[in-house]
Amino acid sequence: MKVRDIQEILNAEVICRDDLLDTEVYAACGSDMMSDVLAFVKEQAVMLTGLVNPQVVRTAEMMDMHCIVFVRGKRPDLNMIEMAEDRDMVMLCTDCEMFTSCGKLYSAGLRGGSAQ
Amino acid sequence: MEDVIKLHYVVPGDDFTRAGAASGDVKRTLKQLGISPAVIRNVSIAMYEGEINMVIHAGGGEIDVEITENGIKMALADKGPGIANVELAMKEGYSTAPDNIRNLGFGAGMGLPNIKKYTDDFRIETAVGVGTTLFLNVNIQ
Ligand SMILES: Nc1ncnc2c1ncn2[C@@H]1O[C@H](COP(=O)(O)OP(=O)(O)O)[C@@H](O)[C@H]1O
Ligand SMILES: [Mg+2]
Repeated sequence: MKVRDIQEILNAEVICRDDLLDTEVYAACGSDMMSDVLAFVKEQAVMLTGLVNPQVVRTAEMMDMHCIVFVRGKRPDLNMIEMAEDRDMVMLCTDCEMFTSCGKLYSAGLRGGSAQ
Repeated sequence: MEDVIKLHYVVPGDDFTRAGAASGDVKRTLKQLGISPAVIRNVSIAMYEGEINMVIHAGGGEIDVEITENGIKMALADKGPGIANVELAMKEGYSTAPDNIRNLGFGAGMGLPNIKKYTDDFRIETAVGVGTTLFLNVNIQ
């Protein structure tokens, strides 16, 4: 699916880089623990998280991710948004909770990805 | 070709928000050099976890990176409290990080195991009260 589809499914607000909404993504992960995200390299390009600090963007950067979705109404600050813009990442914000967000995206065909 | 690129970083210990800046810079440098994405990711993740550890456990430190055609060598040195039991520290899930660090998304006790997993050579030199140095190497084949 495209990042644009994620935005529509989660009724999410686009925070930055709406020029990249047509990026194709196949797999995602959801976590508030960044080391858990870093533990398994898959082809996942999307991170869903309820955590808001610059290390979320850094973690996504190290994992070559294209999109960060903040769940349950969390919002990044200006510094984080600038970091994401520089790193060609789309940021989305949704009011859905983590479980609901993951469930909706999974139902629509997004997967957890297979570990390499 | 015997080119060596050497990079040096000072990691401030008082600013969690900036932790990872050095790893990000190395990642960009490796990209410019045309190194394969898999190698870049292994280096990035290992160095990033090490950089985070320096900040949350050791009050900052210094990182040296050496890039050659054979691989990427990293030395991450701090003058923090040292690690009394390295075997225990290497266990997945073992962490002495306080709750405020866990609320920031780290302190799951996966850092050192992750670093070992993503590197080809991994060595810790540590002494209590003196500090810790990680010597890491990721091969380019
Ligand atoms: N540079 C360091 N200086 C002192 N202690 C460290 C250092 N790195 C790791 N440790 C110790 O090893 C433990 C495990 O590290 P790690 O696997 O990265 O987990 P975490 O950072 O999530 O606690 C830490 O909780 C800490 O007690
Ligand atoms: Mg750690």
